[in-house]
Amino acid sequence: MTLASLKHLSAHYATGADRFHALDDVAVDVQAGQILGVVGESGCGKSTMASVLSLNPGPSLRVTSGTLAIDGTDVDLTDPASHRPLRGGTVALLPQGALNALNPTRRVGAMAHDILAVGDKRITRAESLRRTAARLEALELPPRVLRAYPHQLSGGMRQRVVTALATLRNPRLLVADEPSSALDVSSQRLLVDLLRRLVSDGLVEGIVFITHDVALLSELADRIAVMYAGRVVEEAPAKDLVAAPRHPYARALLASVLVPEAGTRGRRLSGIPGAPPDLRVPIPGCPFAPRCGHAVDRCADQRPPRLVIGDRDDSCWRSAEFEEAANVG
Amino acid sequence: MSVDDNASELLRTEGLAKVFGRGKDEVRAVDGVDLTLARGEATALVGQSGSGKSTLGRLLLRLMDPTAGRVLFDGRDVTTVRGAARRDYWREVQAVFQDPFAAFHQYRRVEATLATALQLMPAATREAGRETMGEALTAVGLDPVETLAKRPHELSGGQRQRVMLARALMLRPRLLIADEATSMLDASVRVTVLNLLADLRDERGMTVLFVTHDLGQAYYLADRIAVMHRGRIVESGPAEQIVGEPAHAYTRSLLADVPKLHRSA
Amino acid sequence: MKALKALPARFHAAAAVFLLIAAAGVIGPLVATAGPGDLLGGPFLPPGPDFLLGTDHLGRSVGVQLVHGIRTSLYIGLLAGVAGTVLGVLIGTLAGYRGGLVDEILMGLTNIMITVPAIIVLLLLSISLDTRSVTVMGICIGAVSWPWTARAVRSQIASLRQREHVDIARLSGSRTWRIIAVELLPYMMSYIVMAFVIQLYGAILAEAALSLLGLGPAGTASLGVMLHWAIAWESIRGGQWWVFLTPTVFITAITFSLLLVQSSLDTVFNPRLRDRKAAR
Repeated sequence: MTLASLKHLSAHYATGADRFHALDDVAVDVQAGQILGVVGESGCGKSTMASVLSLNPGPSLRVTSGTLAIDGTDVDLTDPASHRPLRGGTVALLPQGALNALNPTRRVGAMAHDILAVGDKRITRAESLRRTAARLEALELPPRVLRAYPHQLSGGMRQRVVTALATLRNPRLLVADEPSSALDVSSQRLLVDLLRRLVSDGLVEGIVFITHDVALLSELADRIAVMYAGRVVEEAPAKDLVAAPRHPYARALLASVLVPEAGTRGRRLSGIPGAPPDLRVPIPGCPFAPRCGHAVDRCADQRPPRLVIGDRDDSCWRSAEFEEAANVG
Repeated sequence: MSVDDNASELLRTEGLAKVFGRGKDEVRAVDGVDLTLARGEATALVGQSGSGKSTLGRLLLRLMDPTAGRVLFDGRDVTTVRGAARRDYWREVQAVFQDPFAAFHQYRRVEATLATALQLMPAATREAGRETMGEALTAVGLDPVETLAKRPHELSGGQRQRVMLARALMLRPRLLIADEATSMLDASVRVTVLNLLADLRDERGMTVLFVTHDLGQAYYLADRIAVMHRGRIVESGPAEQIVGEPAHAYTRSLLADVPKLHRSA
Repeated sequence: MKALKALPARFHAAAAVFLLIAAAGVIGPLVATAGPGDLLGGPFLPPGPDFLLGTDHLGRSVGVQLVHGIRTSLYIGLLAGVAGTVLGVLIGTLAGYRGGLVDEILMGLTNIMITVPAIIVLLLLSISLDTRSVTVMGICIGAVSWPWTARAVRSQIASLRQREHVDIARLSGSRTWRIIAVELLPYMMSYIVMAFVIQLYGAILAEAALSLLGLGPAGTASLGVMLHWAIAWESIRGGQWWVFLTPTVFITAITFSLLLVQSSLDTVFNPRLRDRKAAR
């Protein structure tokens, strides 16, 4: 069952005369009970997408088109005022950096009450403390955390407190924007386990996890969407994407991953030559074409269609070609 | 010290330590490290944040004075060199740092940043300054004429890190210390910079100390890996051995926590 | 030029007020037909067609005294501002860059200077010095006003020197003075400009305070000296409002306009106060 469906999302940042086209007709679905991983490199638009998905776009971002269907309602993303009531309640953001997300001068219980009071102005303090304690317990935190200040908690506890606070109003969809990038691998591992538990225990119905680390996603996500230059170029079940990426960019990205797996030393990887395109100039064809080893003439000036095969899809002229060839043969 | 030792090792530390603060606030950032770097090899110093790996790197670079211990470079004691002797040391030991933007003076062109490093060169080499810069930029795969005229913000992260490498290369150092030099780069660009480091080792016989938190990168580049934890080196050995048969419990937990692309079922 | 346009309107208004007053102080004494000490008319003549701002207890023109007084006050302010800023930047930079024992000694000295009220040191200095020249006074004020600048500069330098480009410059063999001049000070310029403006109005106020107590420069008019005589002759009670109101209004206008200039510079230079420009 589809929990949330994002369609036709296009957005740009306007600076002076320039328009920086951050997102170009992006569409993703999040299935109930699943984690969707979104991966891409710097400047691909993944953080912009996180801000729009969590209904919290920055002031200089102009959303020109896009709808989000969630919880039986269609949200018009071009009108930020219309979806403010859903923010934090239906959709919540798990912020980056556990320490910065907490107010150092307030106790955890007080912060929790503030969050709950946004959704229900008449909620009593006792009631919000009771609900927070239950949520903390679900994340294996003792009730004494309610009276603690952030600095009195260990790094791992803080991460869980931030997660507890983000999910306090029982959001249906949790959007996590690079929550792991500042963590060392051991803390990353704890976070991954924590997020999986949120979904399996039903505390949230679905998660969109945004990162640059595709190896981390291969362990966490059910499905992975690969973004490049403001577009989703491929989306597939995590296992299939890692085992057999179809889009040349996804292939190159996966081939650049360095993992310490014994016996793989000594192979030489190539990386991706060149740099991502300038997003101030509209791109008529495939944005990856200038760096792509498989590019043909039409890649430069015709936008590749989204080709859906079974439970995966990608947008590449050549993979469409391969598919045709396979059907004929 | 015997001649045989000198033949294989370029740098060695003996009981190197750095303590910050006093009394109750004392932090032993580096706590008695014995590390040997073999000539022409890439050694990775792997540790989590706060393990003391960057402090150790700065001690080896003589950017900081150690509290105790010795640093021997090519058989010479360089633990306390200052002034002219330290500038001589910097002709042989150079560095590339983590943040490809902060490493640049944001108001100055690439040429000015590179030219500063020529101060360390003998006068004859300085004459051919532009040529030296051009050669170094070509060696890291950048267009010399175009790059020299640029300001840091006109370059991409990968290009900036290449310029920093070129700066170090101009001096033809024998040891290059790369402190998290690829951490802030995108994965696809990271590989190309790591390849460049590998080429410097293979083609010029440069010794490389690669300081990183990422075992994957360490394993890709380095011949040997030293694992650092709480100021001490808990395990070191050939890269294949550290990853294949880790002996220390900390190394094993570190390896277990690193996300793998292909889950070994 | 681009930076000037980014400044808020109150900066332009405040700067215009200050420049107008400064121009009066520079041009006024040159075009005035009489000196500040010349007795031109009867005592305490109210403002009128002969004397636009009236005369004081001796019959000297308040208007002529005012333009000379502005000049003196600005001269002392600039001298003290430059001296205080240079000293503060030097001491702060040395302490912040060297660290360790040098830092502890210099900051110890700075903190002692901050604790002892500057006005008392100034009083003692003015009493003990034989000359009461304007230049000596300016230098004296500068010599006691550097500690705040030193402390602020020290913390800035201490954090700037952690930057990677400073390490890179050291590894490139740059000497300490070159690192400070090329790698650190350009990043500090906005800060130093603001510190200078603060020093400037602080010094103008200090001059007024000292002169008010009768320790002002000898043989010349200054805004503080004018106030001193206005009070000594009890002009407030005597109803000669023009005698004390003129220096009061101008001291207030100078310091307030400088304060506004400083605070609007702060909003431009300090990225935390600046409205976030379009993110990527």
